[in-house]
Amino acid sequence: MRYVAPASVAEVVALLAGDPDARVFAGATDLVPQMRAGRPEPSVAIDLKRISRLTDVSLTDGTWRIGAAAPTADLTANAALAADLPGLVYAGGLIGSDQIQNRASLGGNLCNASPAADSVPSLVVNDAQAVVAGSGGERTVPVIDIPTGPGRTSLQPGEFVVEFLIDRPPPSTSDAYLRLIPRTEMDIAIVGAAARVSLDGDGNCSAAAIALAAVAPTVVLVPAAAEALIGHPADDDALAAVAAAAAEAASPIDDKRGTIAYRRQVAGVLAKRAVLEAAGRAGNGGGR
Amino acid sequence: MTITEQRPGYRYVGTRPVRHDGLDKVVGKARYAADLVLPGMLYGHVLRSPHAHARIVAIDTSAAEAMPGVRAVITGADFGDLPADDPERNMTRNLMARDKVLYEGHAVAAVAATTRRQARDAAEAIEVTYEALPHTLDILEAMEPGAPLLHEDIFTTGLDSEPSEPSNVANRTCYERGDIEQGFAEADVVVEGEFVTKPIHQGYIEPHACVADTGQDGKTVIWCSSQGHFRVRSQTAAMLGWDTSRIKVIPAEIGGGFGGKTTIYLEPLAVELSARAGRPVKMVMSRDEVFRATGPTPGSVIRVKLGATGDGRITAAKAWLAYESGAFPGVWAMLGCMCVVSPYNVENFLIEGYEVVVNKPVNAAYRAPSAPMAAFATDTLVDEIARRLDMDPIDLRLLNCPNKGDQAPYGPKWPLIGLRECLEAIRDSEHYRSRPAPGHGRGVASGFWFNIGEASSATVNLNENGTATVVTGSPDIGGSRASMALMAAEELGIDVHAIQPVVGDTEVVGFTDVTEGSRATFATGMAVVEACRDLKGQLRGRAARMWDCDVDEVEWADGQATHSGGEHEPLALADITAEAGRTGGPLGATASLNARGAGPAFSVQVTDVSVDEETGRVTVERYTTAQDAGTAIHPDYVEGQMQGGVVQGIGWALNEEYIHDADGVMENPGFLDYRIPVASDLPMIETIIVEVPNPNHPYGVRGVGEVGIVPPIPALANAIHDATGARIRELPMSPPRVLDAIMSGNGDGG
Repeated sequence: MRYVAPASVAEVVALLAGDPDARVFAGATDLVPQMRAGRPEPSVAIDLKRISRLTDVSLTDGTWRIGAAAPTADLTANAALAADLPGLVYAGGLIGSDQIQNRASLGGNLCNASPAADSVPSLVVNDAQAVVAGSGGERTVPVIDIPTGPGRTSLQPGEFVVEFLIDRPPPSTSDAYLRLIPRTEMDIAIVGAAARVSLDGDGNCSAAAIALAAVAPTVVLVPAAAEALIGHPADDDALAAVAAAAAEAASPIDDKRGTIAYRRQVAGVLAKRAVLEAAGRAGNGGGR
Repeated sequence: MTITEQRPGYRYVGTRPVRHDGLDKVVGKARYAADLVLPGMLYGHVLRSPHAHARIVAIDTSAAEAMPGVRAVITGADFGDLPADDPERNMTRNLMARDKVLYEGHAVAAVAATTRRQARDAAEAIEVTYEALPHTLDILEAMEPGAPLLHEDIFTTGLDSEPSEPSNVANRTCYERGDIEQGFAEADVVVEGEFVTKPIHQGYIEPHACVADTGQDGKTVIWCSSQGHFRVRSQTAAMLGWDTSRIKVIPAEIGGGFGGKTTIYLEPLAVELSARAGRPVKMVMSRDEVFRATGPTPGSVIRVKLGATGDGRITAAKAWLAYESGAFPGVWAMLGCMCVVSPYNVENFLIEGYEVVVNKPVNAAYRAPSAPMAAFATDTLVDEIARRLDMDPIDLRLLNCPNKGDQAPYGPKWPLIGLRECLEAIRDSEHYRSRPAPGHGRGVASGFWFNIGEASSATVNLNENGTATVVTGSPDIGGSRASMALMAAEELGIDVHAIQPVVGDTEVVGFTDVTEGSRATFATGMAVVEACRDLKGQLRGRAARMWDCDVDEVEWADGQATHSGGEHEPLALADITAEAGRTGGPLGATASLNARGAGPAFSVQVTDVSVDEETGRVTVERYTTAQDAGTAIHPDYVEGQMQGGVVQGIGWALNEEYIHDADGVMENPGFLDYRIPVASDLPMIETIIVEVPNPNHPYGVRGVGEVGIVPPIPALANAIHDATGARIRELPMSPPRVLDAIMSGNGDGG
């Protein structure tokens, strides 16, 4: 295995185009354990962390640009980002441990394509767009279209994610993410739920998005939960409807981490609580 | 260095000096077995069975032997077989399968090669032809007639009549006293239940590791991580058919054992590979291998029935215990029987236990082995009695508390024990006297463990500058070096940091049993004290020579010789060692002994929990443990042992479990899905050291390493019941199980 650390997106594109067994990595917090566990090593391991575009976080013209390889610890430390997208930043701060978060990235979390990835539901409810580079140039893809199954993505050979674009949320809008793990950290979500809620002047929900992790092969957006909420305040009736819709949308499996019945139940509970948390923050004006 | 407190009557015992091995561990300088690199060293890798139960039809190693870097390949055929009645036979067959593999992960062959990767690739190139056999994973199913049979030669012992057919039940243990029918007839309240637990792993951070260097002289040197290097020597010798004098074992630092490193897994393989390759061989397990092929503690099914009078006196106990021992039988059911009702005085009881083999890894000791599962059953039911009778659970336990002279259920009369003092310590604690926070549930439980003595040796040498070196054969798994130094300091009257405690290899110190059964500070400490007292006699003699007086005129106190007539200025220890060359030569003493009179250990614990009733997730909000240490030599490490035991018990209670699929393949062989607690899962574990000195130790030491793990499971189960009304009788009490119990209204009404 050869290690390279290019300084530009174009160099990465060229390296990937020239070697089908080459692989990019950001924090390598999935890659290294996988290799240790006996998965084949790539021919070339391409470190993305030396490319500033991949690690920068900035707000320009009302759009957040988050480098795909930016360590999630940088997101946590960015007060303006945390004010605008508290759920996303919180989700990034759940991955692994403090030490892991100095390496781990949103791009890696997405492209590792684990159904339980903590940051992906938050990217989805915030309608994040992924900028993807490849030999054909760059294209912009909704994040929800990237994972296609456990360990699989819609990225074409030679493609990689450069950055994420998220429009700055309007006033009275906020997001939240919650996950159920048996421990308090260093664990993997049995269920995760993200919500983004906008409130109007009367305290009714004017826009909403709810997404679930670890209850299907990929992240699940739950439009029925959003519909149940829009036009209503986040009261008990609306939250019960959100919980029912989320439980219904979940299509989990029985495995060592949880049963179908348990995951459905918890999907509803966490969706409800995430909505409540997001609505509470939105009621305080959101990030503005 | 830092000595923060002093206890009456002692100058050093009971203080908290920085441990001698602490700095090296904190800065990463301490050397563990996996750190060792020797010139020309090869790497070994074990090929393991993918089947839970299969006959080995053929093994073809030719492809592996031809691969690059490969220097040696071994299989079961390269080791002799011990006679059927040899106590180490099962160990040798666990280390390398012979005719059959008995669990997924059972070693089948091993390779030594130049690099780790070459060794692994070569092991995978070994072609093993298996004939799969039906397997059994469930303890009750394995006990049934007609269950798939692991061994043709296991005929249950301890039955009333000798069985004619082999079975998976290795033995029956029975303890009986009084009239159980009469006892239940006297009871106003009868409670009973069946309790189920899964195998769980000791979870030490350091995987098993060793380096063996076998020379052309037919001798070998082994560096390894173990709880007892003399046992590594004897077991390695047994497997190889060697005389023990050909084997020298050098103990490395140990990164946790908890009982799991009281037996061996790799060393004879490394020695044999090294002998064949003519090079040193290092073997280091992966975490995956640690889970699949070493240690766990048994899963169990335990049924207990208790009867009590209306005023809370327990009149009868009936217990049926089945422990799964993995692929070879152990002593787990017997230990469970000995502990199951021991914190209670019961006149009428019938306790029977069954040792059952199943197609899972062979069990090893784990911190008070077998006691926690038994306590789960008994102390949950005692809590039910307290609720039925509307009695305080501590008062109920005090009412039934055994005292010195009462007969323990397993036979002997209790010596001086401190259970009552532990119960009173919890009763009087700020934690117990304050009410639980709103929404929190509270649980209490007690636990017992024997502790043991066994053989220990110590050599104490005085250096010319008045310092001392204390060499023992007890690997330091929990701060024992600091304790040895404190006891030597107390005897000799010199500063604890003027003493260097050393763990010596098998050729520099006398035979010493494994660090297990909470015995090191008790038994090895006793040897240290004995050697120091010998030295004090020698020091008096030297002073007499220096003063040219009769030895009877010399007294030794506070680290110096004084003349009874006051005719000479006192001589400090350093004054005497400085002159040792002219008064008879170096000063040193050795003591070897069989320590008798280990003090039984008890612990009582209280915890408050909160339960998320929509997800079933349990948060441990507060935890206090009281434990009888006899005398706490180094209170920091006593508290550390108390806290460590509780933490492991919390993990066992809430989340840890071996998960096997239907084929007997372990599904969670890593710390992501085998969930030991992380620091943020836990409140500060508050400790109350109770000291009821053990009269059989010069300073009153009882072992402190194990009993702390016994009460947490029932304490948490009782607290969860208090919070939710749900009685949970199966482990782990993980979020799905707790939610299920809450939603199904699984309460006992009590």
